[in-house]
Amino acid sequence: MIRFDNVTKRYAGGHEGVSEICLEVDAGELVFLTGHSGAGKTTLLKLLALIERPTRGQVLLNGRNVGRLPARAIPEHRRGLGMVFQDHKLLPDRTVFENVSLPLIIAGLGRREIARRVRAALDQVGLLSRESSRPDALSTGEQQRVGIARAVVGRPRLLIADEPTGNLDPDLSLEIMMLFRRLNGVGVTMLIATHDLALVQELGGRRVILEGGRVSGEQD
Amino acid sequence: MRLWLTRHVQNCLAAMGRLVQRPAGSLLTIAVIGIALALPAGLNVLVRNGEVLAGGWESARDFSVYLKPGEELAQAATLAKSLSANSNVDDVEIISAEAALADFQQSGSFEGALTGLDNNPLPHTLVVRPRPEAPASELAELARELGKDTSVDQVRLDTEWVERLNAILEFVRRGIWLAAGLLAIAVVVIVGNTIRLDIENRRAEIEVAKLLGATDAFVRRPFLYTGFWYGLGGGLFALVVVLVGLAVLGGPVARLSALYGASFQLQGLAGSGALTVLGGGLVAGLVGAWFAVSQHLTAIQPKI
Ligand SMILES: Nc1ncnc2c1ncn2[C@@H]1O[C@H](COP(=O)(O)OP(=O)(O)OP(=O)(O)O)[C@@H](O)[C@H]1O
Ligand SMILES: [Mg+2]
Repeated sequence: MIRFDNVTKRYAGGHEGVSEICLEVDAGELVFLTGHSGAGKTTLLKLLALIERPTRGQVLLNGRNVGRLPARAIPEHRRGLGMVFQDHKLLPDRTVFENVSLPLIIAGLGRREIARRVRAALDQVGLLSRESSRPDALSTGEQQRVGIARAVVGRPRLLIADEPTGNLDPDLSLEIMMLFRRLNGVGVTMLIATHDLALVQELGGRRVILEGGRVSGEQD
Repeated sequence: MRLWLTRHVQNCLAAMGRLVQRPAGSLLTIAVIGIALALPAGLNVLVRNGEVLAGGWESARDFSVYLKPGEELAQAATLAKSLSANSNVDDVEIISAEAALADFQQSGSFEGALTGLDNNPLPHTLVVRPRPEAPASELAELARELGKDTSVDQVRLDTEWVERLNAILEFVRRGIWLAAGLLAIAVVVIVGNTIRLDIENRRAEIEVAKLLGATDAFVRRPFLYTGFWYGLGGGLFALVVVLVGLAVLGGPVARLSALYGASFQLQGLAGSGALTVLGGGLVAGLVGAWFAVSQHLTAIQPKI
């Protein structure tokens, strides 16, 4: 489903975020990207979300070279993608319901369909009862779960997450990772960047280790 | 299609809702826009009133033809007859020297001065009343021709100052267009700047929307509607300012008009004028919003 083909990203200033990366992820897989700080995990995800463009090489998604998509095709590309961020990026002046419905409003769905899907997504992360709260009124773990609900509400085939447990204590981290695993169980391909090695160890599954912008190893 | 319309209506109302949420700031912006629009609109009303006044005076464009002293009354009659044949002339009245003298004596004020004289110093006079539709240029030509007549001493055309007033009005009218143009640019800048701040304040929201796959059109729309409301609000404010101004001036004008025994009515802002103000406000608001949006929205790219 995803193929990085000799991808190099050189940032302005000459520093390479990733260098000659080759990586393949099949549909339905759950892959952890690990590595030290500065290893290039975020850069890899940015290339998938078209927040950055590859300097060399091809980023292929379902056989399409997304690295060369024209700027006007970016919105549609992103709508097919679920994204979870370390700082969850919820809008503080909107309710949980409104935050989760944002991708569907952008996609132009009708109001009734939006309400139905938002409630289903909130139910999946166990926060249906908090739909009219503001994000500030939720705990950090709950906020991250709202972020995950927003990422899956548009039913993406691929979900990418950058340090989704970065701000959470070990128990909450495990809870979030179990949530990802459950969503992966219904067929969503997942690419999760984390430096929480202990947690990844505990969960098992495929693990890609980055070092200095290159793939230095894999574990299964 | 219905969904599309619903979304636009929602955007439109949401934009108004945001303005209503911060009434002080919004009203201030709307007031500034309104005053900028009211200025040319108000001046335009003044000039229109000036035109009506000038038009009223222009219809009284009679001119007097003084014959040389010593010319016979018969000569005056001949001249009057030929003038009456002119298609621009409505009526010619002959005031003989004797009648003029009698008039003077009756009015009293010059009695002492005139009784001492042996013979009548006044000439025969023709008062020419042009047709209302006669063009000013042809009348001036006619007056010049008459002046060349050997029996004519001088021709007095009393319309020069009306023409001068018209020239001034034309000058002021151009000035208003110039001012309106400059003030329209000012409105565009005001709206553009307000919306630039608005964009800055909602940066987080814009970034998230772009991350979630919002198109440029989607991100742009709420700001364009904000510009729309600013423009419309400013236009309405301008209309209120002009109406209040007219109400304030209405009393004194009526009194002045009564003093002169004239039936001058203060001209208001016609329907088309009101529409121009509203339309101008709307266009300026939208253009300002468009500038702000096209300059600042593309600069906002999401980071993770
Ligand atoms: N916008 C940028 N401009 C210049 N250099 C950058 C930029 N973003 C990242 N880099 C560099 O690219 C390298 C990889 O960065 P990246 O953010 O991908 O690392 P990471 O693995 O996500 O690290 P962390 O675990 O700290 O989040 C780093 O050396 C970083 O300094
Ligand atoms: Mg990172």
